[in-house]
Amino acid sequence: MATAALAKDQDWAELVRRIHEKQDRQAFTALFRHFAPRVKAFLMKSGAGETLAEEVAQEAMATLWHKAHMFDPSRASVSTWVFTIARNRKIDALRRQRRPEPEELPWGPEAEPDQADAMTLRQESEKLAEAVAKLPDKQRALIEKAYFGDLSHSEIAAETGLPLGTIKSRIRLALERLRHAMG
Amino acid sequence: MDRIEHHLTDELLMAYASGNLPEAFNVVVATHISLCDECRARLGAFEAIGGALIDEDASVTLSEDALAATLALIDATPEAPAEIRHKLGSVFPAPLQDYAGADLDDVKWRAIGGGVKQAVLQTSDDATVRLLSIPGGAAMPDHGHNGMELTLVLKGAFRDEDGRFARGDIEIADEDLHHTPVAEHGEDCICLAATDAPLRFRGLLPRMAQPFVGI
Repeated sequence: MATAALAKDQDWAELVRRIHEKQDRQAFTALFRHFAPRVKAFLMKSGAGETLAEEVAQEAMATLWHKAHMFDPSRASVSTWVFTIARNRKIDALRRQRRPEPEELPWGPEAEPDQADAMTLRQESEKLAEAVAKLPDKQRALIEKAYFGDLSHSEIAAETGLPLGTIKSRIRLALERLRHAMG
Repeated sequence: MDRIEHHLTDELLMAYASGNLPEAFNVVVATHISLCDECRARLGAFEAIGGALIDEDASVTLSEDALAATLALIDATPEAPAEIRHKLGSVFPAPLQDYAGADLDDVKWRAIGGGVKQAVLQTSDDATVRLLSIPGGAAMPDHGHNGMELTLVLKGAFRDEDGRFARGDIEIADEDLHHTPVAEHGEDCICLAATDAPLRFRGLLPRMAQPFVGI
């Protein structure tokens, strides 16, 4: 299963490259079928109604097309890159705020992403996905709320009725597990 | 790159990665990460968790014409918008330039007493962020916090109960910390400070001035 999923993200990266180099609509269609429903689900969990979530998911996928040249497989998996695009569209469309992003790192000597780095990153992303899937339910639920619920830790405390200390320690435990899995 | 001793917490990095911080805090976090390779790498890990989470939920479907509508959207906007150009070698990293201007000379300072100057930046109103200029050797008014305060040093340095803070260092203060930052002797200390609640000053005079200066 791990190998199949690994091959998958490699394929996604190849499809993004084909959009960049050949404006390949078939490649885009495959990416769209996989990622657009996931982006829409993320937006609905963040509080968007179905119509708005659909609209913003389409905008996010159009952004993926336009920014295909920015994707660097040695720095992020396609899933992670799509997540950051969806997150920024969410802030823009749902909150009507600008999103300040860190300064881009200056270009290194080679403009081409390093193949070995890209391979390492893919393997680590796969390991992380497995570790996230294996988190105990209670920890996982809180991590999801922290990411998708648009809530601060204190707001999660108010919503779940759990003490703030419990929330902070469960999230800390979850992060320790993920770090251990990645170590 | 400067040696940075004071970093972001996991909680702040996770909230920034997931897009759940007020805009004013995002400005400070993005500016710190622009200066700090360590926090940039940690942010990458938190964004990767977001990628793993988003990839798992395939429970929602799109409308039948969604793909056609998206391709039409792509055709309607054939070019990505041009990237904004930022000044190289500025005291302000790129994300801060978008809010404060290209460099220190572009800031519209307002004096708030004791030689201290501030400039409030335009963000959403759930929190506020300002640039502060504190003369070398001067103290910020003694204050506590109702909520969280982030203070990032851009130039010069200050010291308080938690240690020394120089360019790139970030101090994270909450209700429990009453601190009195004092700028080191020499050049002015320029900081970027965000709060999600008004600061509480302990002296009488700063409190009277508070509604007027907008701290």
